[in-house]
Amino acid sequence: MKRKLVPIAALLAAALASPATLAQKKYDPGASDAEIRIGNTNPYSGPASAYGTIGKSITAYFKMLDDQGGINGRKINFISYDDAYSPPKTVEMVRKLVEQDNVLFVFQTLGTPSNTAIHKYMNMKKVPQLHVATGASKWNDPKNFPWTMGWQPNYQTEARIYAKHILQTKPDVKIGVLYQNDDYGKDYLKGLRDGLGDKAAKMIVAEVSYEVSDPTVDSQIVQLQASGANVFFNVGTPKFAAQAIRKAYDIGWRPVQYLNNVSTSIGAVLTPAGLEKSVGIITTAYLKDYSDAQWANDPAVKRWESFMKKYYPAGDLNDVSNLYGYTVARTLEQVLRQCGDNLTRENVMKQAASMKGQYIDTLLPGITITTSDNDYAPIESVQMQRFNGKRWERFGEVMGN
Amino acid sequence: MDAFIHQVLSGLATGGIYASLALALVMIYQVTHLVNFAQGEMAMFSTYAAWSLINAGMGYWPAFLLTVLLAFALGVVIERVVIRPVENAPVLAIVVIFIALLVILNSATGWIYSYTIKTFPSPFPKEPLFGNTYVSSHELGAIGVTLVVLALIYVFFRFTPLGLAMRAVAQNPESSRLVGIRVGWMLALGWGLAAAVGAVAGMMIAPIVYLDPNMMGGILLYAFAAALLGGIDSPGGAVVGGFAVGVLENVLGAYVIGNDLKLSVALGLIIGVLLVRPSGFFGKVHVTRV
Amino acid sequence: MTRRASIGVAVLIAIACVLPFVVSNYRTFQLTLVLVYAIALLGLNILTGYNGQISLGHGAFYAIGAYSAAVLMDRLGAPYWATIPAAGAVCLVAGFLFGLPALRLEGLYLALATFALGVSMPQLLKYHHLEKWTGGVQGIVIAKPEPPAFLREAGLQMNPDQWLYFFALAVAAMMFVLGWNLLRGRVGRALIAIRDQHIAAEAMGINNALYKSLAFGVSAMYTGVAGALGAIAVQYVAPDSFTIFLSLVFLVGIVVGGLASISGALYGALFIQFVPNVADEISKAAPWAIFGLFLIGFVYLMPSGVAGAVRMLLVRLMRKGAK
Repeated sequence: MKRKLVPIAALLAAALASPATLAQKKYDPGASDAEIRIGNTNPYSGPASAYGTIGKSITAYFKMLDDQGGINGRKINFISYDDAYSPPKTVEMVRKLVEQDNVLFVFQTLGTPSNTAIHKYMNMKKVPQLHVATGASKWNDPKNFPWTMGWQPNYQTEARIYAKHILQTKPDVKIGVLYQNDDYGKDYLKGLRDGLGDKAAKMIVAEVSYEVSDPTVDSQIVQLQASGANVFFNVGTPKFAAQAIRKAYDIGWRPVQYLNNVSTSIGAVLTPAGLEKSVGIITTAYLKDYSDAQWANDPAVKRWESFMKKYYPAGDLNDVSNLYGYTVARTLEQVLRQCGDNLTRENVMKQAASMKGQYIDTLLPGITITTSDNDYAPIESVQMQRFNGKRWERFGEVMGN
Repeated sequence: MDAFIHQVLSGLATGGIYASLALALVMIYQVTHLVNFAQGEMAMFSTYAAWSLINAGMGYWPAFLLTVLLAFALGVVIERVVIRPVENAPVLAIVVIFIALLVILNSATGWIYSYTIKTFPSPFPKEPLFGNTYVSSHELGAIGVTLVVLALIYVFFRFTPLGLAMRAVAQNPESSRLVGIRVGWMLALGWGLAAAVGAVAGMMIAPIVYLDPNMMGGILLYAFAAALLGGIDSPGGAVVGGFAVGVLENVLGAYVIGNDLKLSVALGLIIGVLLVRPSGFFGKVHVTRV
Repeated sequence: MTRRASIGVAVLIAIACVLPFVVSNYRTFQLTLVLVYAIALLGLNILTGYNGQISLGHGAFYAIGAYSAAVLMDRLGAPYWATIPAAGAVCLVAGFLFGLPALRLEGLYLALATFALGVSMPQLLKYHHLEKWTGGVQGIVIAKPEPPAFLREAGLQMNPDQWLYFFALAVAAMMFVLGWNLLRGRVGRALIAIRDQHIAAEAMGINNALYKSLAFGVSAMYTGVAGALGAIAVQYVAPDSFTIFLSLVFLVGIVVGGLASISGALYGALFIQFVPNVADEISKAAPWAIFGLFLIGFVYLMPSGVAGAVRMLLVRLMRKGAK
């Protein structure tokens, strides 16, 4: 009898000892004293596999966090599956994450079609679809989809900034647009049109698209030159943006060029295109560019570089996706730290929607992360910059639409 | 008018790209009667090997030659190790092997080299010929190289005993064996030569489109169409087909249907031509006996 | 069908009916996709396996079926079960119309023509003049079907995933029975004759042109039905779901499963549904490379596909039994 009493007494004592702390710990599936399970899908295979490096850099970041003890004493168990950029696969993998792996929430799922496919499901299941990796504008809709939140500045906003700049500086120009024939390209085009308002029809004289399967965009550039445009809106992913910059210069077409911010890396885009051919290009940015010499001694960038060398040595330092992954992972780290011991899905969304002017040091100075109950767009501000042949010169104010 | 000329010239330049890979496809077809869907990825992989050599300090031409030899070896090894065990399997099974090779090479290259684009040097001068703004010196040089390779292939198959032996093996492996031709090694040799032609194509293409693991996907598509348009057993036809496809694509996109549909319409037109001339422009019409 | 085979099929169906009640909803969803792919692969097998006409673009018919279902449900308010026969009809016509000019093309050239179809489909789906119907690059989101009222009234509790599985199972069973009837009779023999000795077949009085075009039509119909079911299961269609890789995956499916084999469609479906996931588990760095190695392995070990290997195994077992 006595042998049984002691453990029971011990249990009672423990239970009564700190009622306050016991009551504060709240867990939803995926969270426990030991770990936080986070789900993700990324295209590790297939035509978009170039973006798979984002998932790899995020995995590396959480490995580093775990080596340092995790968040509030809990390890991050980051489960990432390949969806080959195919929406049916995304649906299958996300269902696996939610229904079988019991993740607390899903983070940085990549691609507009992939996220559209799971949009309704996540909100029906009341599982956070957090910091989705796309620049579409439809993720900022807390009223109808309270469980979905984006992260990066959206493409339409960026294009409207260019439109505003054109209207302010050169209101009577002819604009030619090169865009990728998918949601990313079309979103930019829409933003430009919306930003120009009723002047759009007159000012945009040519809209030429390209497919990812096109070997070159030379024909498209020739078409743009022939249209008489003197402003060029270059909406291409790095390879095609570089081809466009080079071809435009080579055929003697020297328009004022606005470059979309997916392709602004000096190392990955402007150098292959030709630095002398890229002088004067205008873009917006929110992340620091590792290949831009002005950040060579920046402590934040150096910290990122040593992180990459230790935890993701196979990653290309010139690939902006790796800096992107690091920065968004740190954003999530902040959200989870704010959650403390209340790791319910509701609280995760609540904390994600309570970031007030948060700054992460791999963002450009002046760019901050702000969310609220009606504002599910964490980063809305961007900085305009112009390429001077060697580095990006920031000009104007940080614009936060 | 100026823009039209520009589109045509630009189309010829791009067509040169298709022609060079189409030559590799025709090469492998002439020896094995199979179209190797992994030819583009093999060429891309060889080009990355060249890039590594040049990055390590080797000069352009030594790296070029070494890469061509390595690609030849790769082709031989793939034939002996991967294709030979399934020689007698149904054709579709071999096609699946090609798909597997494509996927393996693409994925492995992306893993080893990452996906950021790399510049690949060109042996031709940077300044355009006569200062023109239509085609770069490299594009002209690449077309020249393609024509030289075409000539070499033609001479090889038409005038050398080895070429004759290879053609015999493709047409009638049984009889070839009876006359003493080592069929297995002919096939391996054919694969090696096709891989070498592909490597040359890759090294000519990369300076134009930038080197990245997915660079050959779209090109293979057009090269396949070009090779069939010209006649799958005619190297000259493949080159003509390549130029035709390049110009067609440009003109369709700029003047007829817009860039949104030019891929579909270009392919549709090519199929249309094939319906009228099922063996392509210069292909041989095959007569089958019951 | 032999008695042994009938028992085998009955056992299979029994297991299939019990599964959704013993496994999780997520697995039921995966099994629904297996059924969908099995129908698609049977369709491709009718054309390529039995009739020898190679198609590198069957993903296009899958897409047409999927979009037919999506447009009918989302834009025209049709009930989900009606979209299946509708998609089948649309694809039957589309396949037949494609098959007619394709008569003039053989082997490689037909491969190119079908390849062109598969490559063009996403472009056509993105075309902005058709955007009002197709949703363009954004695609169409479809509502999830609920189990019908009569089940609830009968006291049978079923969640939407299970209902969808049984619906797919019923459609698959119908399509497989239809296919089996077609292929074991005169039509099947004619198709195979055309594949193996087409000149002799023509000489014997088989109307090659008619059978070949019909093969295309029926094959497309099967794949279209599969596409519609798939769209309903996934609840979303977008051009990115139907790239050329889907067509290549279908081809891989019938080769690995077994050409000219009805059971091969099921084996192939299991392969294309689950092996990519296995490859992903093995290596995140290059999952496609692992998938490619699996492909090579399967083709080496089983050049006649899983169905061929199973057949040989059964023959060997029966011989041992006879001894």
